[in-house]
Amino acid sequence: MNVEVERGEQWTVLRVLEERVDAHNSGELKSVLLELLEKNVASLAVDLSQVRFIDSSGLGALLAGYKNANLRQARLLLVGVQPRVQSMFELTRLHHVFEMVNHLDEVSIQQ
Amino acid sequence: MGTNSVAVDIVVPSRTEYLALVGSIAECLARSLEAYSGDREALAFDLNVVLTEAVMNAIQHGSPLSSPDMLRVRIDIEGEVLSIRVHDSGQGFVLDELAERDPAALEESGRGIFLIRALMDSVSYRKTPSGNVLELKKKLG
Repeated sequence: MNVEVERGEQWTVLRVLEERVDAHNSGELKSVLLELLEKNVASLAVDLSQVRFIDSSGLGALLAGYKNANLRQARLLLVGVQPRVQSMFELTRLHHVFEMVNHLDEVSIQQ
Repeated sequence: MGTNSVAVDIVVPSRTEYLALVGSIAECLARSLEAYSGDREALAFDLNVVLTEAVMNAIQHGSPLSSPDMLRVRIDIEGEVLSIRVHDSGQGFVLDELAERDPAALEESGRGIFLIRALMDSVSYRKTPSGNVLELKKKLG
């Protein structure tokens, strides 16, 4: 899976540079998320703006990250979710679980 | 919806690297349905999801372990009815056992059949002497 990690002052940003997240690469996404959280990243923003397609295993990988972040009292935010990908969160009602914003500058670290 | 009649037969190795190929064939097919009066891009995305989930399900539950087995996917459009059949030759599964889980629970897996049921009008799975078939139907238009 093609990803990029940028460590900023407030957020560590994980950019998913794939148009498609499915059962072929979702295991890698989960591993990357868990590795970052293992390194005590307190505020992790997952930039999904390049992702045009996600399946149930991709949602599952993000959920693994969400649960792990919660255990560590870290914050996990989804950024730039495309409309059709958003529809998958809504269909599975996971949009109530994840914190999502269009752009990272919409959110403050104090929230 | 006008009078579409299309049949597509796909045989791929039952491996996850072929999910994108099968999904994109379904997308192209949906975009080509000029007589479809609905949103073809939305249909294309939904069929990509359905095919991806159905094929992954067959890879997980249908294929014999440690065998480089093949899967067959057949897509038919006859008039207003779109049918998808995913054939596998493994030990199969019980559809309702996979479909029981609550999608909103925070489980990492188990949403595949839920998504297929949400996006298609009917879902059935049957075991036959020559293999198993997951059959999905959707009325277009």
